[in-house]
Amino acid sequence: MFVSSLKRVAPQLLILAIMIGINVIVFPGFLSIEFQNGRLFGNLVDVLNRGAPTALLAIGMTLVIATRGIDLSVGAVIAIAGAVAAKVVVDGHGWHLALLAALSAGIICGIWNGILVAFLRIQPIVATLVLMVAGRGIAQLITEGTILTFLDPGLIQLGAGTIAGIPTPILIWLGLGIVVTAIVRRTALGMLIEAIGINERSSRLAGINSGVLLVLVYLVSGFCAAMAGVIVAADIKGADANNAGLWLELDAILAVVIGGNSLLGGRFSIVASLLGALIIQSVNTVILLSGMPPEFNLVIKALIIIAILVIQSPRVKHMLYLLRASSEPLNREKPATSIEEGRA
Amino acid sequence: MKLKMTLLAGVMAFVPLNAMAADLTIGFSQIGSESGWRAAETTVTKQEAEKRGIDLKFADAQQKQENQIKAIRSFIAQGVDAILLAPVVATGWDEVLEEAKDAEIPVLLLDRTVDAPDDLYLTAVTSDLVHEGEVAGDWLQKATDGKECNIVELQGTTGSSPAIDRKKGFEKGISDAPNLKIIRSQTGDFTRSQGKVVMESFLKAEGGANICALYAHNDDMAVGAIQAIKEAGLKPGEDILIVAIDAVPDAHLAIANGEMNATIELTPNMAGPALDALEAYLANGTTPPKWIQTESRLYTSDDDNKAVYEEKKNLGY
Repeated sequence: MFVSSLKRVAPQLLILAIMIGINVIVFPGFLSIEFQNGRLFGNLVDVLNRGAPTALLAIGMTLVIATRGIDLSVGAVIAIAGAVAAKVVVDGHGWHLALLAALSAGIICGIWNGILVAFLRIQPIVATLVLMVAGRGIAQLITEGTILTFLDPGLIQLGAGTIAGIPTPILIWLGLGIVVTAIVRRTALGMLIEAIGINERSSRLAGINSGVLLVLVYLVSGFCAAMAGVIVAADIKGADANNAGLWLELDAILAVVIGGNSLLGGRFSIVASLLGALIIQSVNTVILLSGMPPEFNLVIKALIIIAILVIQSPRVKHMLYLLRASSEPLNREKPATSIEEGRA
Repeated sequence: MKLKMTLLAGVMAFVPLNAMAADLTIGFSQIGSESGWRAAETTVTKQEAEKRGIDLKFADAQQKQENQIKAIRSFIAQGVDAILLAPVVATGWDEVLEEAKDAEIPVLLLDRTVDAPDDLYLTAVTSDLVHEGEVAGDWLQKATDGKECNIVELQGTTGSSPAIDRKKGFEKGISDAPNLKIIRSQTGDFTRSQGKVVMESFLKAEGGANICALYAHNDDMAVGAIQAIKEAGLKPGEDILIVAIDAVPDAHLAIANGEMNATIELTPNMAGPALDALEAYLANGTTPPKWIQTESRLYTSDDDNKAVYEEKKNLGY
């Protein structure tokens, strides 16, 4: 079981190792971690910490994509949740209530998406586009168009604080990742979600309540996005409705894709998506550390990601396999067999 | 228009000056409210109009040029006395400005200019982005007083004109000081969170002790960077000098708290000088210059930033 799941995430681990290697080449001190000011301080910690929003989104997005759906609204939900949390503490309530209110807002957004997809049968990309466009407006209504700043130490702790020297966001995404993975893999839930993604109609005929499950995955996605929203707002001690989570839905989808999950639904791996999120963050870090002019940022990122996706493409894998097979013909009986093997 | 002018001149003899302006109706086509600064500009414009007893008709274009053109046409149809326009883009204004000219309604541009023959508008009131950067550079030169100083720069959104011009201006401002050197420059997209993230990477890549000053193209990025500096165990404003541009309320607060050193104001009061020029033009035909440059005022710890903060925080930033 363990070995087979390790095999599943092997490509992601390899790419992550390569990315860290590139980081070390660009900036030799990359791996050093110090304990400074009561917190772990170092570039590796930054990758884990700064990758938190994308990682959280990737957890929910993996489940949604496994059902053959997509959730474009997560970036806007980040803005809404951040705005709600900030508004609650600015109005003088405690951080517990703020967190609860923000997560509830995320859950409501998720249920809204789920109902549109599961019961009104609107295509996921269109259904979630509604909230993607409208959500930022809702967030702006909550913050009244300003950057709503707050000083509540409890809330700030969630984004910028540490527990035992480890930045809180790292613990949050690791914790949530473990809990969700455990729930879907220790029960039949994960399999049922995969069944919906592979063929919804037949899974329904087989007795799976696909409607409720679909609402549930969008709910989880909304919840994860809200958690990310609280972290993003707490990190800068303010809710920035215009910019919080902007374009992050695309990073989350990319993380899921780098994690080797198919956008056509079916088999999924949350661990691989989380590794995908870390890969994206290490790409961002290498760009920042390289000291290149910012005009190159997007080009470098695009090149690295194209490289990652090309390496993962089944065609290229097959070609590499053939190349390897033909370069050592003596060990092979016939090249033709290897083609057959490759296709199998 | 001519008739109105004569009438106005006739009445002027009998009434005090601001009652004269009470007859003025002015249309204001605003871009939208995409940033705090923009919201503050709207508030200040309304205040300035009220102060002068002008009836201001306000139209929010929600970032769309066609809405602005529609608004201008409706202002012309209503026969307003003048139009204030904050153009969302530079091109495509010739036709509608021509219509305003035919109706003899003067148009005044706020904050941005347009690519149109300059006889189509009365004047443009804008800040000088290059000059703002230069003021920041000059300030840093004085503050370091010949000491060796490594600067890190947080740029605005790559390719945007404030980012290009504020960078150019700053480089000009420090060009005659060999002790000042920009060692890292990266974009923070004008946002707090990116400002913080990029500053973190600067601190790790160069080491906090090696950085003596931070120049940010806007205050939001500086506010984010201040948090990164604090988390790295350094004192912003002391260990690392911080100068940024815009003078938003939170920057005044940071300066008052000693966590930031200087900010250069991009004033939201573009309407004040514009209305002054308009009143002079209507009263006695004084043609204003085609470009009125607003003051890029430098705020440092010498100013009463607490008071400025209180004054500014309700403007809608």
